[in-house]
Amino acid sequence: MTLLEVDDLSVVLSTARGPAKAVRKVSFALARGETLGVVGESGSGKSMTVLAMLGLLPEGARAAGQARFEGRDLLSLDEAELCRVRGDRIGVVFQEPMTALNPLHSVGRQVAETLMLHRGMSAGASRREAIRLLDRVGIPQAARRVDAYPHQFSGGQRQRVTIAIALACGPDLLIADEPTTALDVTIQRQILDLIAGLVEEDKMALILISHDLGVIAENVGRTLVMYGGALVEEGSTSEVFARPSHPYTQGLFRARPRLGAGRGTRLSTIKGAVPELADIPPGCPFAGRCPLSIPACDAALPASVPISASHAARCIRLDVALGSA
Amino acid sequence: MSLFLLRRMVAFLATLAGASFVIFVVLDILPGNAALTILGPDAPQSAVAALSHKLGLDQPAPTRYFNWIFGLLSGDLGVSYAYDTPVAQLILGGLSVSLPLAVMAMALTTLIALSLGIFAAARHNTLLDTGVMTLSQLGIAIPNFWLAILLILLFAVHLHWFSAGGFPGWGEGPLLALRALFLPAVALAMVQAAILARVTRSSILEVMREDFVRTARAKGLTWRAALWRHVLRNAMIPVVTIIGLQFGNLIAGTVVIENVFYLPGLGRLIFQAINNRDLIVVRDCVMLLAGFVVAMNFVIDIAYVAIDPRLKAQAP
Amino acid sequence: MTAEASFERRALHHPSFAIGSALVLLLLATAAISLAWTPWPPSELDIPHKLALPSAAHVFGTDSLGRDVASLIMAGARNSILVGVIAVAIGLVAGTAIGAIAAASKGWVEEVAMRISDFTFAFPAILSAIMLTALLGPGIVNSIVAIGIFNIPVFARVTRASANAVWTREFILAARVAGKNRAQITIEHVLPNILPVIIVQATIQFATAILAEAALSYLGLGTQPPQASWGRMLNEAQNLMFQAPRLAIYPGIAIALSVLGLNLVGDGLRDLLDPRLARRR
Repeated sequence: MTLLEVDDLSVVLSTARGPAKAVRKVSFALARGETLGVVGESGSGKSMTVLAMLGLLPEGARAAGQARFEGRDLLSLDEAELCRVRGDRIGVVFQEPMTALNPLHSVGRQVAETLMLHRGMSAGASRREAIRLLDRVGIPQAARRVDAYPHQFSGGQRQRVTIAIALACGPDLLIADEPTTALDVTIQRQILDLIAGLVEEDKMALILISHDLGVIAENVGRTLVMYGGALVEEGSTSEVFARPSHPYTQGLFRARPRLGAGRGTRLSTIKGAVPELADIPPGCPFAGRCPLSIPACDAALPASVPISASHAARCIRLDVALGSA
Repeated sequence: MSLFLLRRMVAFLATLAGASFVIFVVLDILPGNAALTILGPDAPQSAVAALSHKLGLDQPAPTRYFNWIFGLLSGDLGVSYAYDTPVAQLILGGLSVSLPLAVMAMALTTLIALSLGIFAAARHNTLLDTGVMTLSQLGIAIPNFWLAILLILLFAVHLHWFSAGGFPGWGEGPLLALRALFLPAVALAMVQAAILARVTRSSILEVMREDFVRTARAKGLTWRAALWRHVLRNAMIPVVTIIGLQFGNLIAGTVVIENVFYLPGLGRLIFQAINNRDLIVVRDCVMLLAGFVVAMNFVIDIAYVAIDPRLKAQAP
Repeated sequence: MTAEASFERRALHHPSFAIGSALVLLLLATAAISLAWTPWPPSELDIPHKLALPSAAHVFGTDSLGRDVASLIMAGARNSILVGVIAVAIGLVAGTAIGAIAAASKGWVEEVAMRISDFTFAFPAILSAIMLTALLGPGIVNSIVAIGIFNIPVFARVTRASANAVWTREFILAARVAGKNRAQITIEHVLPNILPVIIVQATIQFATAILAEAALSYLGLGTQPPQASWGRMLNEAQNLMFQAPRLAIYPGIAIALSVLGLNLVGDGLRDLLDPRLARRR
């Protein structure tokens, strides 16, 4: 059963150099309880995609297209209706735990706020529930720590608190936008395991955004690859990892260090740099850096070409790309 | 008490002590013989000696300083030479005008500045925002005493809504007295409010871009709810700082504005004292005003602690 | 494109900076011209023609003693600039020195320097001027010294804050590794890097100095006759509020336009000199 259906979602940012397409006609669907990873470099449009769905785009950015959540298009909801979805049906965890919490409010109050807002709970009841939630996300001595302030918590603990906020109302969808990027490596694993466990227990759907292929491989069933604002490849995680098909995805995998690779094996890099959004050509966003590009690549954004029933890529030279891989 | 407050408390007392020392040096030691200053160079030797004794000038400077300080602490501020009345009585009379004026101006400043600042920030990048900010830029450029004169021209000379100056005294009922203080308070508040409104607006806009505001919005708070519940309190930290810094200007402004409106407050008292060469009154008034400024900055420190939990606790 | 060219181009496209510069130029030009020429000698009394309405001979009319108001305004510009420049210079030199020393030495020296500078905040310019007047009698020197003293902590705070930021940068570390001592680094690296901030602050303090001078002269603590001062003109005008309210208008507008111009230039410079903002534009 479909929970979320994104159709031709586009985001245009206004920059000093004119309008820039941050997200270009992205479409995907997500079933209830499904886990989806979005991988791409910074500036690939992966965060903008979810921010657009949530109505949280930065000032000066406009979104077009549709994002139907439980049948309702989030992009055409008014602010009040959207606010009833955010935090209640959709929970979000952001990248920077150090700054994602209000320094002047106790963590308990920040968790309880969601409950009071969407569940109409009393102060006392929401506080008890906040303690339960903090305990559930692994804050030790939650009953005692509930009145402490963010500065009294470590980065990992703060991220646990933001997870508690996202989970408070038992959402159908949890969006985690680079939830571990700002954390120590040892803490990253704990937080990802926590998220995976909670998603499993609550039968939530998950959208996990990351630039880290390892994080994606271990935590989600299906993977989207984004580059230059466009969705370049999508498929079940096992298929994408077994047979990366888009030249960009292939480059991404080749640039990954591997244990057991022979001494002296050089890591390959993708030549060139990620273009500025305003400079991205109308055609395939990767054409400028792609070893396989031909003039036709610049004509238009390529259509999605199926590779198997659950795997597709947007590339007009897929035959060559798959042959060379 | 938090370590922060303890440190600020020490700084507060040290500043007060330093201020009293500077004032004493400038107004008691540098003038030389105050009795001679008061009586003029042609006064007979015996009269100067008699006055010196009466004023305690024949004692050594450290004794005079500590006598003054203990007097201040016990409320005995000495006797005005010109009026032959206790200085404390003169100052209390002045305070009964200046204090309500300053409080009224402060309240007006905060009220106007916060509403304008929040209004402009909430309508960021609209014509209304630009309009408010342009007006405030003009407001900052206008001298408060000129604004006072313009207010008198408009509301007293042309419209006859208020009197052009003077003070009926509190005996005539608080309404009349407050009415006499209203225009002066507006003149004082406008310029300060213009500055504070700009600070408020930019502080709100800065906090609006913080990550935790996005978290709050992701919880399902509307833009407006996030502004009131999460942004404002954070945005108040720099605003409170500026309020503290402005208090010195407010005190100075009170002295000026009292002269525009012929209000019998501390400002007028100081000026008469200067004209009468009444150094004791000048010294006590300046000490009092400087004390107010320093005390206000201490109050601001307490306000920080009330706003920001990061400054609380953390015992040494 | 060179940095200079882009600076000028950006300056012209910065509306508040452009308006502010025009007003400041007007102030400076008025003061400069008044040195050589005024319509009438500013202090020349002409009692028979007192309180004349604006006319071809007296553009802004005359005051209660028959002096030409336009000439007084022009001469007053000179006075405002004189007081402003010296008072800001006092604050800038002393304050920047205190702030730079505090940032360079850290520890108790920094603490003491900043406490001293905070301490002077207890004395708004008017309080210092009151004490000086009680001591020395009224005069222009009082206002210059009093405003200058009040400017010291402003510059000290700004300097220390920006200098502290510079001290954490890598090129300072490089200079220290190269064996430069703190004084050399302060002069060669820290001060040049915080210069934009100091310039912006000086512009804004110039504006507040003009306001303070006007207030002090209005109170009779500052500039004394026969020297022309906008603040004292307002004082004299107040007594004639019923007969000649226009006399209270011209000096006020002169003060407001000068202060507005300097503030706009200060705000504009802050935008234009901030390298972070410059790159974003």
